[in-house]
Amino acid sequence: MTPIRTHSLTPGQTVGPFFHYALPYDGDSELVPRGTPGAVRLHGTVHDGAGAPVPDALLELWQADASGQVVQQAGSLRRDGWTFTGFGRSATDREGHYSFTTLVPGKSAPFFAITVFARGLLHRLVTRAYLPGTSDPFLDGLDADRRSTLLALADASGFRFDVRLQGEDETVFLDFGDE
Amino acid sequence: MADTVSRLEPQAHIDAEMRAISESYAAGGAVEAQPRRDYAPYRSSLLRHPTKDLQQVDPEGIELWAPVFGARDVGELESDLTIQRGGEPVGERMVVTGRVLDGEGRPVRHQLVEIWQANAGGRYIHQRDQHPAALDPHFTGMGRCLTDADGTYRFTTIKPGPYPWKNHHNAWRPAHIHFSLFGTDFTQRLVTQMYFPGDPLLDRDPIFQSVVDPRARERLVATYDHDVTQHEWATGYRWDIVLTGSHRTPLEQDAAEEEHA
Ligand SMILES: [Fe+2]
Repeated sequence: MTPIRTHSLTPGQTVGPFFHYALPYDGDSELVPRGTPGAVRLHGTVHDGAGAPVPDALLELWQADASGQVVQQAGSLRRDGWTFTGFGRSATDREGHYSFTTLVPGKSAPFFAITVFARGLLHRLVTRAYLPGTSDPFLDGLDADRRSTLLALADASGFRFDVRLQGEDETVFLDFGDE
Repeated sequence: MADTVSRLEPQAHIDAEMRAISESYAAGGAVEAQPRRDYAPYRSSLLRHPTKDLQQVDPEGIELWAPVFGARDVGELESDLTIQRGGEPVGERMVVTGRVLDGEGRPVRHQLVEIWQANAGGRYIHQRDQHPAALDPHFTGMGRCLTDADGTYRFTTIKPGPYPWKNHHNAWRPAHIHFSLFGTDFTQRLVTQMYFPGDPLLDRDPIFQSVVDPRARERLVATYDHDVTQHEWATGYRWDIVLTGSHRTPLEQDAAEEEHA
């Protein structure tokens, strides 16, 4: 459904360089405790247009649970160790690397929804990290080289999903008709 | 200390670039509600904006929903930034309040609002902040709250000071508070900054000016509100925030409201 807009929206602004003491929190990137049966790592590096790592980005993950259901449970900011809320945050480190510990979303929900914030990025970007091997009408409609930027790669601990903000192999970012 | 032989560009160069973009926008006729991600006067954006078109897609599945936050996530006292460190912070105490609405004017209820800001001297508690202004032992500059049933948020804090940065020579950010907001849909996620009316630095700031539409820019500026001001206690500012619209059908929205009523 296309949203109707009767009110003029508030523009975005960059997250800036000083968000680290405000937005990250203890346990932010661990949607499940490490060692939980079925736990996987979703991780990668954020690169700028020169290929350099971006050490001051923040990624947010929002996903369905292992059965493919959308979770509507509080507790993401103070995790109780039992409730899977489907939401997490990971600030990139000095090497531009982020990492989440989470569950694989169920078959009916084949992607991780990702929001990217960074110093130098004036308005947040959104993308999808699809599970390896996914085929769906949206993905299949993209050129092969663009499609590959949305596919997570399986690795030893789970999935790798790099984000390229700019350039030849720039990640496909999404516009839901709200831009 | 001011550098005598600065390798940084003068403010006049940045001003000229911003003016040229502004003039071509005015001549173009189309309305742009969001900042330009490709906005060269903000030098850090040069290598950090996409150069390919964003991919149009209808939101589906998880994207039609937002995470839920509740009382277990946010303590009552987290909305008062003046009581976090066992003493009164230095500066002008103020209340900032307003409503979070979606694009159709519906309140965004019981949803998370996070803020962070510099202290009265323009200094963040952040390690990477090198501005030689004093840290305030009684001020951390971060707060959280949940909106109420009317979509209203409310913080008590200190008016932040402007601070220098290295975009160009003698670059100063206008005083601002960073805001992080969630809606009812993933698509509505917003991080932005609130500014203060009449700040002479607004015209010179490439981050503020990256919103090239003058009316859209105004929506980032709070209003002084004497009804929010409290007798012998705090000045008051009002700032309403409008997110994009929900992509869910009215039926789905009703179901979600009932669930969280
Ligand atoms: Fe700031």
